[in-house]
Amino acid sequence: MRALLISTAAAFALLAAAPAALAQSPKQGGAAVVTFNNDLTTLDPQVGYDWQNWSVIKSIFDGLMDYKPGTTELEPDLAESYTVSDDGLTYTFKLRDGVKFHNGRAMTPADVKYSLERAVNPATQSPGGGYFSAIDGYDALAGGKATELAGIRIVDDKTISFTLTRPDATFLHLMAINFAYIVPKEEVEKAGADWGKKPVGTGAFKFSEWVPGQRIVLERNKDYFRQSVPYLDKLTFEFGQDPTVAILRLKNGEVDIVGDGIPPAQFTEIMADPANKELIAVGDQLQTGYVTMNVTQPPFDNLKIRQAVNMAINKDRITRLINNRAVPANQALPPAMPGYNTQNKGYAYDPEGAKKLLAEAGQPEGFTTELYAMNVDPNPRIAQAIQQDLAAIGIKAEIRSLAQAEVIAAGGTGKAPMIWSGGMAWIADFPDPANFYYGILGCAGAVEGGWNWSKYCNKELDGRAENADAMVKADQAETRISEWKSVFDDVLKDAPWAPVFNEKRFTYHSARLGGDPSLFTDPIHIPVNYDYIFAKDAQ
Amino acid sequence: MLLYFAKRLSASALILVGVTIVTFCLTFLIPADPVAMIAGRNSTPEMREQIRIQLGLDKPLIQQYAAYAQRLAQGDFGISYARKSEVGPLIASRLPATLLLMLGAIIAELLIGIPAGLYAAARRGRTGDKVAMTLSFLTVSTPQFVLGLSLLYFFSYLLGWFPLSGYGSLSHLILPAVTLGLAGGGWYSRMMRSSMIEILRQDYIRTARAKGMSERRVMLVHGLRNAILPIIAMIGLDVGIFMSGVVVVENVFGWPGIGQLMWQAIQSLDIPIIMGITTVAALFIVAGNLLADLVAPLIDPRIRLR
Repeated sequence: MRALLISTAAAFALLAAAPAALAQSPKQGGAAVVTFNNDLTTLDPQVGYDWQNWSVIKSIFDGLMDYKPGTTELEPDLAESYTVSDDGLTYTFKLRDGVKFHNGRAMTPADVKYSLERAVNPATQSPGGGYFSAIDGYDALAGGKATELAGIRIVDDKTISFTLTRPDATFLHLMAINFAYIVPKEEVEKAGADWGKKPVGTGAFKFSEWVPGQRIVLERNKDYFRQSVPYLDKLTFEFGQDPTVAILRLKNGEVDIVGDGIPPAQFTEIMADPANKELIAVGDQLQTGYVTMNVTQPPFDNLKIRQAVNMAINKDRITRLINNRAVPANQALPPAMPGYNTQNKGYAYDPEGAKKLLAEAGQPEGFTTELYAMNVDPNPRIAQAIQQDLAAIGIKAEIRSLAQAEVIAAGGTGKAPMIWSGGMAWIADFPDPANFYYGILGCAGAVEGGWNWSKYCNKELDGRAENADAMVKADQAETRISEWKSVFDDVLKDAPWAPVFNEKRFTYHSARLGGDPSLFTDPIHIPVNYDYIFAKDAQ
Repeated sequence: MLLYFAKRLSASALILVGVTIVTFCLTFLIPADPVAMIAGRNSTPEMREQIRIQLGLDKPLIQQYAAYAQRLAQGDFGISYARKSEVGPLIASRLPATLLLMLGAIIAELLIGIPAGLYAAARRGRTGDKVAMTLSFLTVSTPQFVLGLSLLYFFSYLLGWFPLSGYGSLSHLILPAVTLGLAGGGWYSRMMRSSMIEILRQDYIRTARAKGMSERRVMLVHGLRNAILPIIAMIGLDVGIFMSGVVVVENVFGWPGIGQLMWQAIQSLDIPIIMGITTVAALFIVAGNLLADLVAPLIDPRIRLR
């Protein structure tokens, strides 16, 4: 048994840093208004799974683990400490004292067990239930043959343990994603079908009001276990706000954050205005935009053709086309992700070389194919740029610009030869390379209805990925990441994708709000880490 | 009259059933899978199959429709896929906003269309007429999102006369109502103009003029009263036109009505909401048409209902 007494270490660090931290810590108070074009669908942490509700849920609920604000660094949250058994199959969490739900009841290990079982129970229809497949008893519960997860054990009134059927190096990350957030059973049952509209959690903000189609209001949780946060007293989300109009409202001082970001049509103008310099935070996003090529269909079953496509696409030009709101990508993983290989430069832009590869593959005249793309700006424009690049080497790609659900269906069934992923692209649920593999590049996703739209299934790489994820010890972490690095290098050699760019985030906020820029482009909380930003007028 | 009403009512019911059938089939013709949207990107084929069974999507289409129609007859619109809450109350909570916007739009189009038509008829063939008719042509043909955004920019952002989108007070209502009403107002000004020109040719107008009545009085007392009747009969039909207009206008102005809900439901392929709103909108359109037919003979006794 290898004890990781993180809390003790953290406590010492905190004691040492306390006077300095207190002196700098912002005062609590004030309010902020965030706008979104679309309504939030739900605030149920086991169900909500779009970029919009994801971070609102994070402010209302907590999990056993979390990330340091503005970073991708894991730390215990509702857990005070944890231990991992030597075989990597048992995780034991000691819960923090004094954590209360917003209804006043103290959180217990039974709540943890209930919440995880709720995520896996098919009746919940959770889109994230599959993440917990390593927990013992998953198959029985997910298959409807049991009502509990056999692998979760309440050790005592402060301790809970999880037994896994296979070692899973991502397990601590999984305890930090929304699907594993802790909910109180009595409130879930009381609210019934309305639970997603009346959330009760342990988080920094307490749910106060939801006026359908208009606004959601959250208030500061005065009993939050971290006494110094959140800084804001009130957080209002307004819906139905077209981003173009929301920008005008922000300039008028009515709005603090445009949740949907800066519309492409206004981007250049807003960035050029010197008054906005301090108001726009720029950061990385765990995202890659890519073109998939269906490796089960000719001519993309030929490696040389796929490599030719990689060399034909002028990524710099596409990046300029979207006003440099991204950086050209050279591999599947985004640069901010552990496992990103700085040595790997990918396929350079080389139309002549691409033509040679086409000739070697027996297609010197090129061929006709289809490129699917989502029909929301800027994706049709990007698809057109790709179309032009491909035409330059003789590939005639007809663009199929469709609604999101239709593109996803064409990818899932394997009907689409090529898909530009923009608007539906993979943004990591947690900052680990594993999250960028199984569903979109591994065999598990290469099935009917899966998200591996290339239908690329390399059993050897799958095996190496699983071996990497069996390395759960702290001293194996580096070996594990370098193993993932080599898996992704080999993926790139097989070229099921042509990676195009990694989006950057630009968050436009009012002068009223303060906080480190990293909080406004937090890689985990999109668009903003609401818990740690503060109101300058309250200082 | 009563017999006519009964006949029309039963025909309307048939139309509604037809609308639900067509909408139901259309949502399934879209080459997309609602289960994939619900289950998300980490789901396994087994999970997707389970959800398909839970939602009854594994059954033949006819069986699915029968189950849907049966629930609908009891006022149950089903459960939203994305929101996991009941669709009926969801639509009900947004309907008042849409109805208020439509009422505002009807008032706006009458206030714009009738005076403009009167003015053009009085100035028939002169510059004033031409300007008014050109403007009416412009308002009819400008896309509503362009019109809405332009109005917002000038009157709300630059001049600050109205709030920049939202809901809750009369000042919030004016711009979206005018955006919707301008197109209708354009039509009405043309109708009003031709109707007025027609009336002004009548003998009783000539008599009124011969008596030495002022032109203003001739127009407003004898002319307007008769020329306005066909327009009143048209208002019922506007309900249908506005039902499609609200989808755009509500999105531009952040108006929390069913149009906005519809737009969001289409994006996420939330079939129960799409079906529910289509049915409710069809109900209003059918009711509006019925109303227009019933009002017509009251206004013009030469029209007989059979």
